Amino acid sequence: MAHMRRTAALAAIAASTALVLAACSGDPGDDNSPGPTGDSTEPVTLTWWHNGVAGDSGENTLGDYWQKVADDYTADHPNVTIEIEQIQNEDLQRTRIPTALQSGDAPDIFQQWGGGEMAAQAEAGYLMDLSDTLSDTVASLGGAVGPWQADGKTYGLPFQFAVEGIWYRKSLFEQAGITAEPTTMEELNAAVQKLKDADIVPIAVGAADKWPSAHWWYNFALQACSQDVIKNLGSFDFTDPCFIKAGENLEALLGTEPFQPDFTSTVAQTGATSSAGMVANGDAAMELMGQWNFFVYQGFTDGSDEAIQALLDDLDWFPMPGVGGGEGDPTAALGGGDGFSCYVDAPPECADFLAYIVSDDVQRGFAETVGGLPTNPNAADAVANPINQEIAQAASSAAYVQLWLDTDLGPNVGGALNDGIATIFGGTGGPQNPVDAMTAAAATE
Amino acid sequence: MTTMETSGKGRGPVDDASSAGPRPASPDLMAMRRQDQRRKWREITLFTSPALLLFALFVVFPVISAARYSLYKWNGIKAFSEAEFIGFENYARALWGGNDPATQAAFKSAYTEPFWQAVGHNLLIIVASMAIQLPLALMIALILNRKFPGRSIVRVIIFAPYVISEVIAGVMWFIIFDPNGIATQFVNAIGLHPPEGGWFESQQWGIWTVFFIVTWKYLGLAIILFLAGLSGVSQELQEAAAIDGASWWQIQRRINIPLIGPTIRIWVFLSLIGSIQLFDMVWVLNRGGTQGQYATIATFMMQYGFFRKDVGFGSAVAVIMFIFSLLIAVGYMLTVLRRDNDNSELAR
Repeated sequence: MAHMRRTAALAAIAASTALVLAACSGDPGDDNSPGPTGDSTEPVTLTWWHNGVAGDSGENTLGDYWQKVADDYTADHPNVTIEIEQIQNEDLQRTRIPTALQSGDAPDIFQQWGGGEMAAQAEAGYLMDLSDTLSDTVASLGGAVGPWQADGKTYGLPFQFAVEGIWYRKSLFEQAGITAEPTTMEELNAAVQKLKDADIVPIAVGAADKWPSAHWWYNFALQACSQDVIKNLGSFDFTDPCFIKAGENLEALLGTEPFQPDFTSTVAQTGATSSAGMVANGDAAMELMGQWNFFVYQGFTDGSDEAIQALLDDLDWFPMPGVGGGEGDPTAALGGGDGFSCYVDAPPECADFLAYIVSDDVQRGFAETVGGLPTNPNAADAVANPINQEIAQAASSAAYVQLWLDTDLGPNVGGALNDGIATIFGGTGGPQNPVDAMTAAAATE
Repeated sequence: MTTMETSGKGRGPVDDASSAGPRPASPDLMAMRRQDQRRKWREITLFTSPALLLFALFVVFPVISAARYSLYKWNGIKAFSEAEFIGFENYARALWGGNDPATQAAFKSAYTEPFWQAVGHNLLIIVASMAIQLPLALMIALILNRKFPGRSIVRVIIFAPYVISEVIAGVMWFIIFDPNGIATQFVNAIGLHPPEGGWFESQQWGIWTVFFIVTWKYLGLAIILFLAGLSGVSQELQEAAAIDGASWWQIQRRINIPLIGPTIRIWVFLSLIGSIQLFDMVWVLNRGGTQGQYATIATFMMQYGFFRKDVGFGSAVAVIMFIFSLLIAVGYMLTVLRRDNDNSELAR
């Protein structure tokens, strides 16, 4: 009896030890061998984290395209192995990348959105300086690289950049008797009224997620504030009255009641009652959004080519109308994009691969296969979709393009800004709130 | 009396006093006793050290780390060695707006007010749990405390919400309480209308919607706990009281409820701690609302500490929450639960 008990105990210890060891073993893909001299015959492994994950319908055009890019590169460079991890966007930006950088065990090449958060990463010494190694590539991308630079050095390269504007359903505009795209705020208000008369929700906004509603304020701020003030946002000086003006213009817009009922309870992208779902299903006429909505709307169709084509045929886009009377350039546009950065300790092959990602052919393939808006000017002719062409046109003819304000300001001040704007949308705050929130957050920096 | 009964309460062969009187302790016996003691302690150490190690690593160490981080201004991006030491400034900012008169007004409205608002929501949930969940669960348990066909099925149905993960339950209720969802349709059908702004976004009613969902989830636990306690109440007592002419309600009030007192007090303790730490449900339900309409201390901590990359401030809030929970837990154990602990010691 005792012998059996002892055997059972030993078996239990062995099993639990095995479990503990299995749990403690790290991800075998984390090891990469840094090649100090960049010898082309030394085997090199690059870990790549990007946000191309499968959508609701199971399709993953972007993820598949990046896999192809990696395969093509490794075919040309047989000593390089690329290990890809696809991570959902919010998880990637808010959790995975910050904790990986903190722990010192970071991927070699990872998604980078630029702006204040990137500047903080660069200041902490996590990013590879690409200014010298990729000086030609940086020059060829032109002004789009701006948000991926800090202190005059380039820390990332964008592969996609687009401006935002107002998406709308042509059929609903027709139904309401709107014949021309609004170019001024008065015209937009008139269009809103016509839509309300026709019993159609004029504008859908996903205010529950805070950032979609914040984008309205950003656009008003861009119009009200001079270029100097906008370019100087990094100094965290918000005393200019133009920021109050932006809030007042937003309040004026809210006064015309252009949004769906209970808009602070509507999310942006998930479910048929989201703002994107409303426009995709024809329940609302307009939505202020970035270029990615091209893909989000498609996710609400049944996935068939005819359904997607029918939706795209009914969609159109116009830039944010101007209020007038502001110090900003009326053609200035708000935009953002995606890029990649190399970790500071990544092998030199990382920079080479990054340059490959933004090279002419890869960018052209990106425009054709994925349908995104490339940053490489040589790939501009590959943009086929008429709406994307309009967006690209607006971007290139803009006096200047400003990065989303919350990305530019960084998570602390940007988050505070979004919270301040949420009080205007919720009806509990006024134009002073965003300014106060930003000032308070800046004081904690 | 048998030998076994005279040999004491079974505290081990060495300490048994035989009816012949205490034996004189020989040197061999002393050595054996020491060896037994040592082996006993070795066994204790061997079996508890893994658990203690995990506890130290995953509970004690993070608490100490959080206390350390809370004394610094740190954005969680750069290395901690470069963070600036600012003493108790983070605590001051959360509690009363900071000690710097230049920024105090700004910090008060940006940080202190949302913090105390979140604390208020936690306190409201604590009080409402006692005032609403406790009587409700007690009533239902007393009514269900009898044999009837389908009793097990009813208990499964009652307990099912507790078993569903908080995230899934939260997502489900978020869809139900969508402005165009079935809750709105139901309420419209009976002639009412949902709160202004939405079920969650309403300044007055958002927290009550969340409380309703939390009650739905945890009432089952209370009912099952009370039913378990009630099954320990002797049937004879209740029958004797009935023979003496007591009404149903008198039996419940005079016999059943007092006798499940310890169970009720344990549940109150669990409810208190759970209410203070409430996070998952609130976070999934749109992170406490666009203006913190139903934020709790834990969601406030995540929002400001983690997402705003103000890690020192978030750590300070975490430590405040820890001290708050500790005071309530220890205070409760020393006052209310002492009676139960004393009773169980006397019974030995």
